[in-house]
Amino acid sequence: MDVVTDNWDLWVSGFVRSLGIIGWALVGSLVLGTVVAVCRVSPIPLLRGLGTFYVSVFRNTPLAVLLFFIAFGIPAVGINASFYVFGTVGLTVYTAAFVCEALRGGINTVASGQAEAARSVGLNFGQTLTLVVLPQALRAVVPPVGNVQIAMMKNSAIVGAAGVGGDLFSAYNRLTSAQGYAFLPTVTGMAVGYLLITLTAGALLALAERKLAVAR
Amino acid sequence: MSTPLTDEGQVPATGRPLVVLDDVQKHFGPLHVLKDINLTVHSGEVLVVIGPSGSGKSTLCRTINRLETVDSGSITLDGQPLPAEGKELATLRADVGMVFQSFNLFAHLSILDNVTLGPIKARKVSKSAAQKRGRELLDRVGIGNQADKLPAQLSGGQQQRVAIARALAMDPKVMLFDEPTSALDPEMINEVLDVMTTLAQSGMTMVVVTHEMGFARKAADRVVFMADGEIVEQAEPETFFTAPTSARAKDFLSKILTH
Repeated sequence: MDVVTDNWDLWVSGFVRSLGIIGWALVGSLVLGTVVAVCRVSPIPLLRGLGTFYVSVFRNTPLAVLLFFIAFGIPAVGINASFYVFGTVGLTVYTAAFVCEALRGGINTVASGQAEAARSVGLNFGQTLTLVVLPQALRAVVPPVGNVQIAMMKNSAIVGAAGVGGDLFSAYNRLTSAQGYAFLPTVTGMAVGYLLITLTAGALLALAERKLAVAR
Repeated sequence: MSTPLTDEGQVPATGRPLVVLDDVQKHFGPLHVLKDINLTVHSGEVLVVIGPSGSGKSTLCRTINRLETVDSGSITLDGQPLPAEGKELATLRADVGMVFQSFNLFAHLSILDNVTLGPIKARKVSKSAAQKRGRELLDRVGIGNQADKLPAQLSGGQQQRVAIARALAMDPKVMLFDEPTSALDPEMINEVLDVMTTLAQSGMTMVVVTHEMGFARKAADRVVFMADGEIVEQAEPETFFTAPTSARAKDFLSKILTH
């Protein structure tokens, strides 16, 4: 227990830092994933092609490879930022590909007649999607999008391992390798930190699912 | 009087050409679903399209508001060719009411919101005006007291009547009915047909794909018989049902009118 009580500040700041990465990636991947999903179901072939290309690239690249690619590739073309920014961006674009596919799955559960009826009363593509299809798809996508986001929260440890200073994983890394604390209690402390985040997220998801079920 | 009469014996059926299909062709893969379709629907006319399943009659109906595209030929609505995509197409569809076999009411919206969504979002009518008109239309189809329910809480016949009200709320130039009673339990068919008959008598231009021969006889100005993607025969209902000329129409009628 010493490893936790002696280094409380380090743990707390690591936890907050991890929450920061997760928060940005959550919002970013939901927004970006929705945009890519809209592209993939749009009537414009160019947008559909771009959406498909995006998903093919980011879903099929290992996250660690993608993070190294961004962290070292982007500075090579003259754009510099902190590892924290690069890591968060990497996690966001990676997760967005999965969000897109989960949303698309939800959109496909809405009967095609719903969109036909919407178009028949003169709604354009955007209105059909936002007023008729997405509200009905939403309930079906809460569990799969939730899965994707919980996976993202755990993947944030890879972002830490790839070099972001100050997050939960870095705290563990520093305590074991630089300060010589025993492995088992330290790794347990880190695991508890991540569990706090993911279990809370899971509870919020269950709540969201119940709310949406009632609203229907 | 040379123009065909409705049952009331007073309304001349044909006005100006409203929907004109000119040499329309369509394939689904190797299947030629619409062959050389030439058809004019006049303002105020009630056109009933009948034929065996797979004859292309639903596809024909759906091409008129471009839910199905055509391979060649032209379709015009009130003199304007159907736009390919985008804003113009949405504007055109707002002028064409569509009633589907499976109702397709917006499942997440109340009955009243189903009827007002198009006017508010596509026509930019104010919410209060749209709701006032929506309630009038729901009263007209006999659903006025269900306005706040969700579609799933209504019977099939009620849902289809709401779907008719939803289409009427756009003040369409023409109403398309794609087998509107085929998904209904028998005891609910008449309540929908009654609404359609009233609508026909009010002078609405209608294209109705149906298997309801009673409705065709009672409300149609003209019956179009399709088979294998072609218009085989068309005539006033009395002529068509009593003296069909083509072998295929005779065969079809002998199968459906025997009981």
